[in-house]
Amino acid sequence: MPEQDITQNQEELLEKLQQQLSEVRQTGLDLLRTLQDEEGLQQWRSNFLMRRAVITEIMRNLSNLPPEMRPVIGQAANKVKKELEARLKERFAEVKQAALTHSLNSERLDVTLPGRKPQHGGLHPETEVLREIYQIFAEMGFQVYRSRDVETDEYNFELLNIPAHHPARDMWDTFFTTKEGVVLRTHTSPGQIRVMREFAPDPIRVILPGMCYRYEQISARSEIQFHQVELLVVGRNITFGDLKGTLNDFVRRLFGREVRTRLRPNHFPFTEPSAEMDVECFICGGEGCPVCKRSGWLEILGCGMVHPTVLKNGGYDPEVYSGFAAGMGPERINMLRHKIEDIRYFWANDVRFLEQF
Amino acid sequence: MQVPLSWLKDYVDVDLPIEELARVMTMAGMEVEAIQVVGLPMPEGEKHEFKISGLSWPEDKFVVAQINEVLPHPDADRLILCKLDDGQGERTVLTGAPNLYEYKGTGPLDKPLKVAYARLGSVLYDGHKPGWELTKLKKARIRGVVSDSMVCSEKELGISEEHEGVIILDDDAPTGMPLAEYMGDVVYTFEVLPNMVRDACIVGVAREIAAVLDKPLRQPQLTVPVTGPSVEGQAFIEITDPNLNPRFVLGLVKNVEARPSPYWVQRRLRLAGTRPINSIIDATNYCMLEVNEPLHSFDYDVLVKRAGGKAPTIITRSANPGESLVTLDDVEHKLEPYTILVTDTAGALSLAGIMGGLESEVTPETNNVLLEAANWNFINVRKTMKADHLSSEAGYRFSRDLHPELAPKGVRLGLDRIALWSGGEIAEGLVDVYPKPYEDPVVEITGEYVERSLGIHIPIEMIVELLTRLEFECRVEGQTIFVKSPDHRTDIGRGVIGKADVLEEVARLYGFDNIPASRIADELPPQRRNESLEREERLRDVLARLGLQEIITYRFTTPEAEERLVPPDVKLPPVDYVRLANPIAADRTVLRRTLLNQMLEVVERNVRQRPHLALFEVGAVFLPIEGELLPAEPRRLALAMTGQRFLPAWDQNLKGEMDFFDLKGVVESMLAELHIEDVTYAPGEHTSFHPGKCANVWRGDVLLGTFGELHPLVKERFDLEKAPVLAAELDVEALLRQMPMRFETVPVPVYPPVLEDLAVVVDEATPAAAVLDVIRKAGGKLLEGVFLFDIFRGPQIGAGKKSLAYSLIYRSPDKTLSDKDTKKLRKKVIYMLEKELDAKLRS
Ligand SMILES: [Zn+2]
Repeated sequence: MPEQDITQNQEELLEKLQQQLSEVRQTGLDLLRTLQDEEGLQQWRSNFLMRRAVITEIMRNLSNLPPEMRPVIGQAANKVKKELEARLKERFAEVKQAALTHSLNSERLDVTLPGRKPQHGGLHPETEVLREIYQIFAEMGFQVYRSRDVETDEYNFELLNIPAHHPARDMWDTFFTTKEGVVLRTHTSPGQIRVMREFAPDPIRVILPGMCYRYEQISARSEIQFHQVELLVVGRNITFGDLKGTLNDFVRRLFGREVRTRLRPNHFPFTEPSAEMDVECFICGGEGCPVCKRSGWLEILGCGMVHPTVLKNGGYDPEVYSGFAAGMGPERINMLRHKIEDIRYFWANDVRFLEQF
Repeated sequence: MQVPLSWLKDYVDVDLPIEELARVMTMAGMEVEAIQVVGLPMPEGEKHEFKISGLSWPEDKFVVAQINEVLPHPDADRLILCKLDDGQGERTVLTGAPNLYEYKGTGPLDKPLKVAYARLGSVLYDGHKPGWELTKLKKARIRGVVSDSMVCSEKELGISEEHEGVIILDDDAPTGMPLAEYMGDVVYTFEVLPNMVRDACIVGVAREIAAVLDKPLRQPQLTVPVTGPSVEGQAFIEITDPNLNPRFVLGLVKNVEARPSPYWVQRRLRLAGTRPINSIIDATNYCMLEVNEPLHSFDYDVLVKRAGGKAPTIITRSANPGESLVTLDDVEHKLEPYTILVTDTAGALSLAGIMGGLESEVTPETNNVLLEAANWNFINVRKTMKADHLSSEAGYRFSRDLHPELAPKGVRLGLDRIALWSGGEIAEGLVDVYPKPYEDPVVEITGEYVERSLGIHIPIEMIVELLTRLEFECRVEGQTIFVKSPDHRTDIGRGVIGKADVLEEVARLYGFDNIPASRIADELPPQRRNESLEREERLRDVLARLGLQEIITYRFTTPEAEERLVPPDVKLPPVDYVRLANPIAADRTVLRRTLLNQMLEVVERNVRQRPHLALFEVGAVFLPIEGELLPAEPRRLALAMTGQRFLPAWDQNLKGEMDFFDLKGVVESMLAELHIEDVTYAPGEHTSFHPGKCANVWRGDVLLGTFGELHPLVKERFDLEKAPVLAAELDVEALLRQMPMRFETVPVPVYPPVLEDLAVVVDEATPAAAVLDVIRKAGGKLLEGVFLFDIFRGPQIGAGKKSLAYSLIYRSPDKTLSDKDTKKLRKKVIYMLEKELDAKLRS
């Protein structure tokens, strides 16, 4: 082939390639402008920049060109490629932004539609309040001691300083069983004797939770079975002041830090002195409301120093040891705190009630 | 106990505001339940610590007036006109009071009648309407006569329900005096504590108040001089058992005349809750309310007649077998040997300390009264009252143990009041037989003891001073106080018990509120865990997390109710229950032996409330043990599920009723969460469940429980919906014992898993558990998991066959498994399935 032809061919080739590059550039940029989504841009990238793209083809075949042409075409192709890449990157950003803007502007949920409810269970409100009581006392060093529901008359009454035909027996309306001397416990106090006999002569700091039973007409205010939580402390230096302090700490944690308390003298055969603790109504702050029957006070628990006879029956010498005991009704605490007006709700187990906790 | 303020003031000076006195009483151990205002101004303000009701009599509206003449009404027989003076002038008042009829038309009265007069505009209770309805006095014309004011009955003034006639005040009532000033009152009602029977009388209450306020107590005084001859020889006493009757006292008053008591006595009695009868009975009641000693008045002449004209002998003894007595209320009582009787030589006179007999009772015609005061064994009195369902004011007091020293005190006061209000002469002296003197305990306490018990130092002098206010006699020797209990109370014990009793009195008077609160300084006890509780609570948490709602049911039921747990045609051998001797309702006669019945009752109650129900209960059942006094009380767990599997939402509604496998999933997850592994499930036999849809859960040879779908015939016995009801009962004790003390974790895998599906065809009778077992065994350690994802039955695989499709996950802890490795495993699994279960690979 003559030299000139070669040169001419080379120039034609050069022109053709440049022309090709310029066309690719133009088509590419034109097309790029029209693309509106990421999928299109990915497709465009594969058409214009990837393996089968014209530019890639040109660059791959560079080695087939005359040596002097290679840098020229190489640089030109590279420039177009860089430009396309840069524009693609910009376009990506633009499309992403547009999509974002679109999404933010157009996707509008009716946020007032109800959510899909996950299935879940729950604990009975009595379990919840019992645990709260356990927890508070646990932090004060009290452990839980449970004992049986069906008791002997001896443990339920006699050993607690409530002999047969004693006036104090009138305080309990008892369920008797057909077995002589066997009753349903009327309080968790038999556990006091059991725990003392088990642990003597160690010091004792326990709470005694459990179901108790009383022969009463069922009404909105009274039930034949109910929970009770008692506490019992026995040691060598337990005082009435300790009783006050412990109960104050407890009710303040349960009802609020500032709540005031007072002790009214009362009588329980197994404690002496005996008292009833009232807390300032936490609903009205002591101003008087229907819950506290306008008195400003709520009756919360009975308490007292353990009676010497009870200490002795438990295996502790009353000349050496002293102790205090207290008892409360978790249902009452629940009722006060959650405005439950009918105690029968607790064992009726209507899910419409239980699910509210 | 009802305490009229005016009466209280006889013994102690109190001028506290109405509610403040109630507070003092409450803080002294006499918790005031209600305050009834009778005429005095009502306490002001919204907040009332006590329940207050009643009526005030404004000074300008209610006054004492005197009726000077009673005239007939010109047009109406049943109405009369009273010409009265209200201190401001003469008025004419219209009334229909029957107790004024006798003065009608008798001309100007020699002795004007003092009455309670209400002026125009007064607000008072409507006497003609039942209950307590307020009305305002307006001007009215009745049969031509203008009426704008009235003469009042007790009901209209809010004193009592009495509306038979108007009040006739005592003659010394000052005309024109505001009624509230003359007889305004407040009645405090409180419940006497079992150990404080000493406060079941006005003097007792006054003593407590005087002690708290540090004021003197005035004892009731005798007012009538003793003029009669000695009682000696006029009556005799014979006590057969001093343990039953430690003391018996008699006094005599002759030539009495039963009449209406003075108005102020009647008013006090009514305010204190007792109905006035006549001046003799009223005197005995008055003294009992005053100083606590119940008195009994005999018609002396009846006793003499019964004794054949001789001086009567009162004999006290326990009842003989078969003996009976007709009491005052005309009821015949069959007597038991523990009943103590007051008798004479002719027979029983009264139930000692409780109620008099009909025959010897005083009547309006009685001339001579033999007055009894005694002391009785409180246990015998209680037994009799309980057995015969008797209640009386006397019994109330005697059954709480009175001090014998009250008896002579009571008789003297009683004779005095009878003579004062009924006339007559009091015989000199008493017949007093006291074979078993009460020894008032002397308790030794020290300041150190008080400090150690109360946590506060109270000086010895102050302790003595507080106790003295309550009439304890104190003698100090060094650091020790010898405290002697006063002779009006029996609640102070001896020795270490007496110490606690006295301590209580010190603390009470010192004021519980004045004892500072402290935190326990004593050593902490040894720490012991309560594993059974901790595990039980964990079980509850797990079940709640798995979507079940906890319930707590009655532990009472009936055998019949629990029989519903088996189909009607199945007869189970009878079982023993913890039975109540005194059930309160026909459907609560025994303690439950199972949780299932109550669980199903709760399902019944809720099944129409929710499309999806899943419930659990953890609680004791009660199983009597042969030869043991007390039953076993093992804890059980009951589960129940029924209804839709999924909760509907507004954009999806996945239908599908829960079945056996929903419950099994819960059981499995529960056990997994409790880390109880190696559990097996086997077909179970339980009469409550469908025989083909019931499983036992085992761990080794320990049966943890049974669950299944309720037997259709059992389901019919409850009011349930169409959907299957799944239920379980598990043994909580066994379950929680299986919980490991600790469990180990495995490392998170580093190498990728190889997943593979495998479907095998087996006989219908081959349980899935057997297939799973073989796969597990064949897969060995490299088989990390197997999940059944499909069961298929159809003609393609032949009748009596089923295809089970499993996803298998292979993984090695040390390398990435190769295709060769897994192929080998797969071959082994298939080979073993074919060999052991005759399974065919399904292609
Ligand atoms: Zn309140």
